[in-house]
Amino acid sequence: MAMTAAEIEQLIKAGIPDAEVTITDLAGDGDHYSARVVSRTFAGLPRVRQHQKVYAALGARMGGQLHALQLQTAVPEEMESD
Amino acid sequence: MTSAKERIDEIVRSNDIVLFMKGTELFPQCGFSSRAVAILEHLQVPFKTVDVLQDPDIRQEIKHYSDWPTIPQLYVKGEFVGGSDIMMEMFESGELQQLVSAEAA
Repeated sequence: MAMTAAEIEQLIKAGIPDAEVTITDLAGDGDHYSARVVSRTFAGLPRVRQHQKVYAALGARMGGQLHALQLQTAVPEEMESD
Repeated sequence: MTSAKERIDEIVRSNDIVLFMKGTELFPQCGFSSRAVAILEHLQVPFKTVDVLQDPDIRQEIKHYSDWPTIPQLYVKGEFVGGSDIMMEMFESGELQQLVSAEAA
């Protein structure tokens, strides 16, 4: 049932090709991960929309096969206006 | 019979701050729900919780309702705010305090 960090990263990158993805296995059990996803496509989007893009990339697995994913999204630093 | 969507609509419209979660405020059944409750308690604002484990129809429908695959989900004044990660980020930046205090005022 559990997914590997590499699988999660692949799926996110398939959906968001320019994404820089950092996955951390929080509990070392292959079931609780955190992901930091940085993409230019997030620019100007509210956080909810950014997370939705990541969830869309993960598809039906999110909330099922992949229960625990802490998610953090950002645009690349050079694009931040402030 | 009212549909699950109509029931969610009604709950979200009639409560300024509502958290759909697994378990109850006193006994959250999931770490993410627990974190969401802790954040709201810290803000010291009244909020309603809905235990989706007690209601399979709502548990299923809420994911479509906001196009969000996971629980918990926070709604403030009828607007979907996000899950526990977004709540934590907004709490740390002070945005969440602003949002809920604007509701209380």
